[in-house]
Amino acid sequence: MSGKKGIILTGAIVGILAVVLVKFGNPVNMGLCIVCFIRDTAGGLGLHRAGVVQYIRPEIIGMALGAFIIALKSGDFNARGGSSPFTRFMLGVFVVIGALMFLGCPLRMVLRLAGGDLNALLGLAGFASGIFLGVLFLNRGFTLKRTYSLQRAEGYLFPAVQLMLLLLLLVRPAFILFSTEGPGSAYAPVIISLAAGLIIGIAAQRTRLCMVGGIRDLIMFRDTHLLTGFAAILVVAFVGSLVTSTFNLGFEGQPVAHADGLWNFLGMALAGLGSVLLGGCPMRQIILGAEGNIDSVVTFMGMLVGAAISHNFGLAASGSGPSANGRVAVVIGLAVVLIIGFMNTDKAADVKMKGDVSIDA
Amino acid sequence: MTLKNVDARGRACPEPVLLTKRAIDQSPERVQVFVDNTTAMENVKRFAVNLGYKVEITKDGQDFVLKISR
Repeated sequence: MSGKKGIILTGAIVGILAVVLVKFGNPVNMGLCIVCFIRDTAGGLGLHRAGVVQYIRPEIIGMALGAFIIALKSGDFNARGGSSPFTRFMLGVFVVIGALMFLGCPLRMVLRLAGGDLNALLGLAGFASGIFLGVLFLNRGFTLKRTYSLQRAEGYLFPAVQLMLLLLLLVRPAFILFSTEGPGSAYAPVIISLAAGLIIGIAAQRTRLCMVGGIRDLIMFRDTHLLTGFAAILVVAFVGSLVTSTFNLGFEGQPVAHADGLWNFLGMALAGLGSVLLGGCPMRQIILGAEGNIDSVVTFMGMLVGAAISHNFGLAASGSGPSANGRVAVVIGLAVVLIIGFMNTDKAADVKMKGDVSIDA
Repeated sequence: MTLKNVDARGRACPEPVLLTKRAIDQSPERVQVFVDNTTAMENVKRFAVNLGYKVEITKDGQDFVLKISR
């Protein structure tokens, strides 16, 4: 299932499940949102104290476990790491700060658009601009250098941590926090969320679905392969929101969103730029982490910490708009990520190998 | 005629494709690419096939070797 049909089918599955999850209780236009769900999980663990966004989201757990199981089966599982881990951690932090300014990861941006939230158009414009900027760095020789092989056991820890999170969710010990109001209190039954996550994890691992890869590959290589997955999510979720009558066209009064266009744009520009430098969107980082890519696990930890910081420092936007702290953080984030881009750009990008040979024709 | 070798092992997306692209620009006849995961193998293959190249893939332990030629 590696061809075009596979990626379209995966996009369609993600679109349908996003609608189903909303139907069963997830917040509107937030059937799936990787960054929001990481933020909720950070809250559930008590890493931040924003009472309205605390819940260990089983969708994330399911995606990681589904991708892990299928990667083991297909032979794609391979523990590796060492490609600028702390730079990736910091990029993870800032991708989340940018996404929480917009109030959604690239995946939720598409779902918001599908639900008629026109603020997501500005998010998309920012996202594409960020990706374009990132491509300029890649073309100039930006690299976080290569990964190296690690012990297999290293790769088992991330899925094991996800199992532990599942256990905490099911046992509900007193130290795990659960929102009683707000988006964190809106969730589908655990079994449905977990199953949806598992299915998406499996499909996304097989087809390498990536929200940032679609626009990036279009700009860099005129390749529309990944973009068709992006488009399939949009179309299917759009039809789904019409069918379930959650479609609501406009800028004002959108669920878990604000109408400040400039900051929607800049937030997603930061998320897009950071994601291109990371080599994949937040969802893709989870899938790669489950396949044994420890750099992506480190990125995941960065996103978790970034989510906690966003709420502890009052950076995340809310329905009433961006906060002053959040604006400062997004500007700092753009500056830091640009500096990371410049400092990791190898002028001598032309990689020569010892084995290069000239053959007289 | 030059045979250009590209070592894209351990490189994150989209670097294997980018390195392949640079190599093809320099040596449009034949390029040989080394990658160490299926994703990179599929991406490089799709890129080369879209450009109208023939791609021959062999597995070498954990690595894939892609022989790209006209």
